[in-house]
Amino acid sequence: MLIKINGKENEINAATNLFELVADRGLNQDAIVIEHNFEIIPKEKWEAIILKEEDNIEIVSFVGGG
Amino acid sequence: MEDFLRIGDKIIKNRLFIGTGKFPNKPIIKDVLEASEVDVVTVALRRVDAEADEENVLNYIPEDRILMPNTSGARNAEEAVRIARLARASGCGDWIKIEVINDNKYLLPDNMETLKATQVLVSEGFIVLPYMSPDLASAKRMAEAGAAAVMPLGSPIGSNRGIKTEELVKIMVDEIDVPVIVDAGLGRPSDAVRCMELGCDAVLVNTAIATAKDPVNMARAFSAAVKAGRLAYTSGTGETSEIASASSPLTGFLRDEK
Repeated sequence: MLIKINGKENEINAATNLFELVADRGLNQDAIVIEHNFEIIPKEKWEAIILKEEDNIEIVSFVGGG
Repeated sequence: MEDFLRIGDKIIKNRLFIGTGKFPNKPIIKDVLEASEVDVVTVALRRVDAEADEENVLNYIPEDRILMPNTSGARNAEEAVRIARLARASGCGDWIKIEVINDNKYLLPDNMETLKATQVLVSEGFIVLPYMSPDLASAKRMAEAGAAAVMPLGSPIGSNRGIKTEELVKIMVDEIDVPVIVDAGLGRPSDAVRCMELGCDAVLVNTAIATAKDPVNMARAFSAAVKAGRLAYTSGTGETSEIASASSPLTGFLRDEK
C-alpha cells in the first residue's frame, strides 16, 4: 500500500506499524520525532500505530542551524 | 558580583549564543562550543533523509548546553507552531527560537506572524525567543505576550554586515523589559562588542564563526568580545565631546609662564 513519508509516496507492506517503519529504514529512534497524520506520536506509542493506505508521515530530526 | 543573564529558569553565564549551521564539518562544532564555553546553542529541524546517512548534530553538542531549536522554514505562525511542537517532542527542552520568514531575498522576519506564534507557544509553556525586525511596537507586544526575550536582527542573516539596525536596537534596549538579543548579521567580534556596549543582553552568532578560516579561535574571539562589551556597558562609558579634554594636569608645566 502507498503512504506518504516526508512528502514522497512510498510503497510499504500492509499492517506495518510505526516502530517497524523506523526499524526497516535503519533510523536512529532516539534522534527522530514522528508525526502521523499531523499528530506527534511519542515513541512509546509507535508500535500501536498501524499504518493505513494514504497515511501521512513526517520524520524529522535536528540539523545544524542558526 | 556575578553578571549572569536569566532566561526562563536558566542562568546563562556566556552572553554569546552560537548557531550550528554552515560549519565545515560536524566534529568542529564540539570544539567550537567547548573552546568558547557558550551555554546556548541553536539547531534547526528538518525532514530525515534516510539515504543521506547524516550524522546527528546533537552528538556534537555537549549535554550541559541549553538547546534552542529554531523554527526556520516556517512561512507563517501555524508552521512555526508545528515545528516548535515537533522540536519539543524530541525531549531536548522547551526553548524555541521563533523564526517566520516569507522573504527569500533578505530573509527578513514577519513580525506579525511571529507575534501570533509567540502567543500560541507561550500559552503552551514554551520559553519563546522570537527573531524579529527591530520594531519597538512589535517587540512590546511580543514581550506582553510572554516572550522570554526578543531577538532583533543586526543585518540580514549570514550577511556579516554588522549592526546596521543600531538606532532601532538602542531604542528597544531602552524601552523593552525582557532581554534584547541581537541575532543575525554580526560579522566581526567588534560588531558583538558594539551590541553589548549598547546594552544588549546577548548576541547570537553563526555564520561569522562557522565560515571563518579558524572557527574555533573565531568563537573564542567572539566570546571575549561579548565579555568585553558587557563589562564596558556595566562600567558606564564616559561622555563624548567634540573637542579635546586633557588627561594630564594643565598646571606645573616645565616652562616659565609669561
